[in-house]
Amino acid sequence: MMLAADAAQLSSGWFLENAWLIALIPAIGFGLIIAFGKKMPMKGSEIGLLSMAASTVLASGAAVQWIQRTDSADKGGEEAVGLIQAFGRSVPTVSEGGEVEPFIEPVVSTWVWWQNSGLEFGIGSSVDGLAILLLWLVAFISLLVQVFSLDYVRGDRRYTHFFAALTLFSAGMLVMVMAENMVQLILGWEIMGLCSFMLIGHWWEEYPNARAALKAFFTVRVGDVGLLVGTAIIFFGANQWAVDNLDSNGFNIAAIQAWALSGEGSHILLLMGAIALFIACIGKSGQFPLHTWLPDAMAGPTPVSSLLHSSTMVVAGVFLVARIYPVFWQGFNIDNGGLSFIAVIGGITIVIAALLAFVQDDIKKVLAYSTVSQLGYMMLGLGTGAWLPAVFHIFTHAFFKCCLFLCAGSISHSASHHSFDMKKDMGGLRKKMPFTFAAWIVSTLALAGIFPFAGFWSKDEIIDNVGNNGYDFLLIVGFGGAALTAMYMTRATYLTFFGEPRGAAAGLHDHDDFDDTHAEEHEMELLTVGAPEGPTAEEAAADAPRSLSAATNTDHHDDHHDDHHDDHHDDHHAEPHESGPLLLIPILVLAFLATISGFANATPLGEEWESIKKYVEPRPVEVPIEDYLAQGAGESLQLVMPTATGDALTADDGAKVCGFETPAAGTVCFFPAVTHAVPKLSKILAATATVVIAFAVAIAFNVAYYGRRNKHLVGLTERSRTLRGGYLFLKNKYYLDALYENVIVRWVAHPIAKAAYWMNQKIIDATVDGVGKSTRRTGQWVYDNIDQKVVDGAVNGSGFVASETGHGLQPVQSGKVSQYGALLFGAAAVGAIVLVIVNVS
Amino acid sequence: METLTDQNWLLSVGVFLPLVGVLVMMFIPRDDESTHKTIGIVTAGATLVIGLITLLNFDYDQSEKLQFFVDAEWIPVINSNYTVGLDGISLPLYVLSMAVTFLVMIYTWDNMPDAGNPKAFYMLMLVLQTGMAGTFVAQDLILFFVFFEVVLLPMYFMIGVWGGENRKYASLKFFLYTMFGSAFMLVAFLALFFQTDAVSFGFAHLVDAGASVDRDVQIWIFAGMFLGFAVKVPMFPFHTWLPDAHTQAPTQGSVILAAILLKLGTYGFVRIAIPMLPEGAKAWAPVIGILAVIGIIYGALGCLAQTDMKRLIAFSSVAHMGFVMLGIATLTEFGINAAIFGMVAHGLITGMLFFLAGSVKHRYHTLEIKRLSGMLVQAPRLGWILGFSAMASLGLPGLAGFWGEFPVILSAYNPNFGLSEELFRTLMVIAAVGTVLAAAYLLWLYQRTAFGEPSDEFTSGHGSSDGDGAHHGATPQPVGAAVNDDADHGDEIYDVTPIEWVAWTPFLVFIVVFGVYPQLMFQVIDPAVTDMVARLGETLGP
Amino acid sequence: MLAVNFLLLGAVLFCIGVYGVIARRNAVLVLMSIELILNAVNLNLIAFALIKGTVDGQVFALYVVAIAAAEVGVGLAMVLMIYRNRRSIALDELSEMKG
Repeated sequence: MMLAADAAQLSSGWFLENAWLIALIPAIGFGLIIAFGKKMPMKGSEIGLLSMAASTVLASGAAVQWIQRTDSADKGGEEAVGLIQAFGRSVPTVSEGGEVEPFIEPVVSTWVWWQNSGLEFGIGSSVDGLAILLLWLVAFISLLVQVFSLDYVRGDRRYTHFFAALTLFSAGMLVMVMAENMVQLILGWEIMGLCSFMLIGHWWEEYPNARAALKAFFTVRVGDVGLLVGTAIIFFGANQWAVDNLDSNGFNIAAIQAWALSGEGSHILLLMGAIALFIACIGKSGQFPLHTWLPDAMAGPTPVSSLLHSSTMVVAGVFLVARIYPVFWQGFNIDNGGLSFIAVIGGITIVIAALLAFVQDDIKKVLAYSTVSQLGYMMLGLGTGAWLPAVFHIFTHAFFKCCLFLCAGSISHSASHHSFDMKKDMGGLRKKMPFTFAAWIVSTLALAGIFPFAGFWSKDEIIDNVGNNGYDFLLIVGFGGAALTAMYMTRATYLTFFGEPRGAAAGLHDHDDFDDTHAEEHEMELLTVGAPEGPTAEEAAADAPRSLSAATNTDHHDDHHDDHHDDHHDDHHAEPHESGPLLLIPILVLAFLATISGFANATPLGEEWESIKKYVEPRPVEVPIEDYLAQGAGESLQLVMPTATGDALTADDGAKVCGFETPAAGTVCFFPAVTHAVPKLSKILAATATVVIAFAVAIAFNVAYYGRRNKHLVGLTERSRTLRGGYLFLKNKYYLDALYENVIVRWVAHPIAKAAYWMNQKIIDATVDGVGKSTRRTGQWVYDNIDQKVVDGAVNGSGFVASETGHGLQPVQSGKVSQYGALLFGAAAVGAIVLVIVNVS
Repeated sequence: METLTDQNWLLSVGVFLPLVGVLVMMFIPRDDESTHKTIGIVTAGATLVIGLITLLNFDYDQSEKLQFFVDAEWIPVINSNYTVGLDGISLPLYVLSMAVTFLVMIYTWDNMPDAGNPKAFYMLMLVLQTGMAGTFVAQDLILFFVFFEVVLLPMYFMIGVWGGENRKYASLKFFLYTMFGSAFMLVAFLALFFQTDAVSFGFAHLVDAGASVDRDVQIWIFAGMFLGFAVKVPMFPFHTWLPDAHTQAPTQGSVILAAILLKLGTYGFVRIAIPMLPEGAKAWAPVIGILAVIGIIYGALGCLAQTDMKRLIAFSSVAHMGFVMLGIATLTEFGINAAIFGMVAHGLITGMLFFLAGSVKHRYHTLEIKRLSGMLVQAPRLGWILGFSAMASLGLPGLAGFWGEFPVILSAYNPNFGLSEELFRTLMVIAAVGTVLAAAYLLWLYQRTAFGEPSDEFTSGHGSSDGDGAHHGATPQPVGAAVNDDADHGDEIYDVTPIEWVAWTPFLVFIVVFGVYPQLMFQVIDPAVTDMVARLGETLGP
Repeated sequence: MLAVNFLLLGAVLFCIGVYGVIARRNAVLVLMSIELILNAVNLNLIAFALIKGTVDGQVFALYVVAIAAAEVGVGLAMVLMIYRNRRSIALDELSEMKG
């Protein structure tokens, strides 16, 4: 049954082979904007737009060709049928048809980037389904957000820099997504961090923005320690194996995947590597306990929040886990149903972030915590073996969350006078901004997971698979999180679009003609962590009394952080109105995608709907090494279709499954055989019911609380000690910021650094100075006692002698030539005599 | 060791050409300042051209061999020869020393330190250049020592004459500290010479013969060299001369000190101490590693405690050189490669930062961090360059600093020759934490100086003439006034000048070029390092 | 043994010259005595060259002749100047070189 060797060839194509252009074009675009942007008619934004459009086109082309490649492989694969039997808990591998699906090799183009100890490391593009998915997603969303920004930041004093940074960000993310090796991945990862820093701090004149930028960069950087250490561990674990077997090196991602599943790496090594790398993901993807930077990052302009801090950059951590999934699979024993670190962190994050979203008054912060929570879902999925739904959730989440942020931007731009405070400046906007409202509602339903919107297909699939893989408790967490999501989104929606217009939304520009105060929520100010420049609670109360919550958020700067660029607008004091087309088009496109993108992988509808699974999920099959090597990095792209060899199948009767057993000799696996839950109507109904009930409860509560001001509910947090305690706990964000900033940072920055410096100055340097001083003192003593008295005495003595001799001889200097002549000749005579005597003897 | 002797006049010309300039300048009266500046720049430029010719004629396929090799009799009485040669390890540093001197001289054109007298200043810089270039090509211990010491005197005068208020103390400390180290180093050199039968001071001979010296003796000799080089690097706890010297030195002195002089120490380890005394190196490696990592953390903490921008940058050098030394201490190809890359990267980046500090001082007449603010408003390009350099310094991938840092951290995971893995892995994690601290102090510096609104004392439209940015009681400029980046902000705070652009652009370009395409440098270094480590392996075993 | 005679002659001339330098008061005579000394040396040099059979001595002798000429030139000029200033060339009246 030696079928594989002459099996079909995979199709490739120009777009796949030149996928590196997708990242290179924005990178060049960035350079052009920096160099010439200010002189361009549109201040450089056209370069950014063009480069993102080009990337989108190229990414789309690559996606089409990837689909063709997969199809061509599958057609060939049908002839090379082998039977793999189920092993493990459920139906592993892609066994619906009882066929072995062929492994689709990534299309790789690389160049030598650096070398060390004789090994050459590459940079380039390695395009597989996951990469394609994200390449297209990032390019497309970047394009939309740049279109949105055209109008949104118009007139900003750093308009050009804004587009430059956005474009550089896209380049960095695309570099990371197509990374062929870990170093390239780190490159993209850090470029994104830099852009995040630049964009959050876009309005750096104000201290809080600069501070938020610093916090974001620094927090992520703390996580990056794990990235460096983890890469080192994995490199040295995998390197020798990769050199020996795959003619590759320990940075290569494919080699790392294969090594992790080869069974030759020690488990402890994999575990350490996985933990270290996951710490980086915690930082980047805003997981508990390093999530605190993400809400603060909302200080940046809204397009930045929508692009970087919701849809693309923050999923980098999720992407990293998905990318080298075998390491985590083996390291955390996901194959054996072990309760992984990833799943636990993901689960915690879902709940704590969702709870925090309830106490935010800033609409962007609600969305930020929602993002954190949804990232928790993705991590939960990856941590429990639900790879595909997690990746799918990246895809759908990008659309609806980006849309929600852009809606928030649209509101602040056109209705609320650049405020994001829902309680002070919003309310009743549904009639004034019908399109924005519609997009918001669609996206909210998608986020909450209502059929048939996008989130339903991805999030419920995660929850379903979590349950299917045997994690019962996490299943409940998932359900709870879904219910919470529905509730806080209801609250945000109600406050923004329903009820009476307030503040700016009511067309008011000054806040000093109200009287009614709600003092019950002032306590939240007790432990303000930062914002030294913000007004005190009392001032805020005096300023904005009629708002539903008198005290504004602890980070006061949010109230005004988008109002820098409005110098050229005449309309911002006008009545709330619908936004212009440049703002609305991206919103509506995203809303449309939020509606339909779920059908890209609508598992419950049957196999033919599972395109993401077919085209994105790597096939867990054993690939003969020589077939893999035949491809060669960047060389021949005409591939021999590898599949499970007949040998392996006949020998073991098909019991070998990637990720559960070591692959047969001469073969490697690149992806573990994750299980896929079979959708059941009952589960779907349960999930939907949960969300619907949550919606109903939340709507009822919101209407009662905010609309009717029900006296049993209002002031509840003041009356009940327990509730107030909980409220304060949430309001202060679990005191994590206090811990980091007041305890850790203050300790490092102040006493420890001071102590170290003190030690430097007072001990080490003082030692040096002391040595110097004592040397000088010794010198002084020597000088006084020995030098002056003994040595100098001798010197003075000799000087005296010389002087006296001179005086004695002075008469000789008579000035008489004849005496001189006599002396000369006398001396010569003496010299001659001496010479004679010496020479004689 | 096989050597290539084609075109071997290049190195001698490259090393001694600056002295010709010095000779010419001697005969020109002191008052003719611009002539002196021109001659200095032309000489350094010509030297750089020689360096570039060397670069072009270098055989990159054999970069592990000594090229342009000269071996002439010099002091036969003590068997010391005039031996010079260049391989992949020296080449980047050799050319860097020429380029940096040249650019510093250009910068000096209209940034002469207050004490004046360009004649003496340029002459000293040229002498300095001879010393630096000579150190990197010398292949004979006595010759190396001579060049190593030649460097000292001009720097002493540069700090002592053109330095800040506390210059006498700083320069004397610098001089005595380094001499103290050098004394031990010389003793170690002589000891090694006599231990290897007093045949030759040539590197090639000592590398062959040194390995057979008794292990205990090697350890003692290594200790001597360690003192000499560690002071120069500087390693914790021998670093205390550095902040003072940097803070007091004129900008030019700081740049050269950071960019080149510190590398003499690390270069000495790579070129002399380790290859000649493998057993000694192995015994000392854990100590070096621990001190290096202490330096990383300690330097970073020191930075966090600073209130002076220049002193902060000086302390950051301690941290960065810690990475370099950690790489060397692993005795792996990976680590040493990265260390050499790190030397060049640190030279470019920290050199650039010192330039910036000099320019900030020139404009604001202070370097106190808490008085500086809103540089991005008043001098936006200066602010952006500061941001760029800070990012490079904290090791952002895509910029040169990363390649000196990341592979070092990586290499510490797996030290060579049976060094303790537990120890070095611990060091690796601590060093990785050091990168976070680096981000902390650099961003803190950047946030304080560049972000925010300009402080009142520097926003008055007309510069104060008393040199201390006096308060004119002017109201701070409103935000809106800063809409245009090119707006005129008064006489005092101006943006980057053309001369500064000329001097800085190469730094900025090469920080990016080496960051984006590190293979440019690694392909030169790697064969030489691999060869060296292989020879270590012959003695130390696998 | 011809050479020995030359040497003896040289010695005699030298002694006369020394006597002249030390004993005479007249500056011109002193100069002439110095000439005698130099020529005595010349004789010696040539005599030794004869003994050794080399030309080195003769070369030096020529050299000394040239130096002597220069010396006499300078010396006479100085004497002339002294005479102009003091109307005397008696050396024992001169003590400007007294230390």
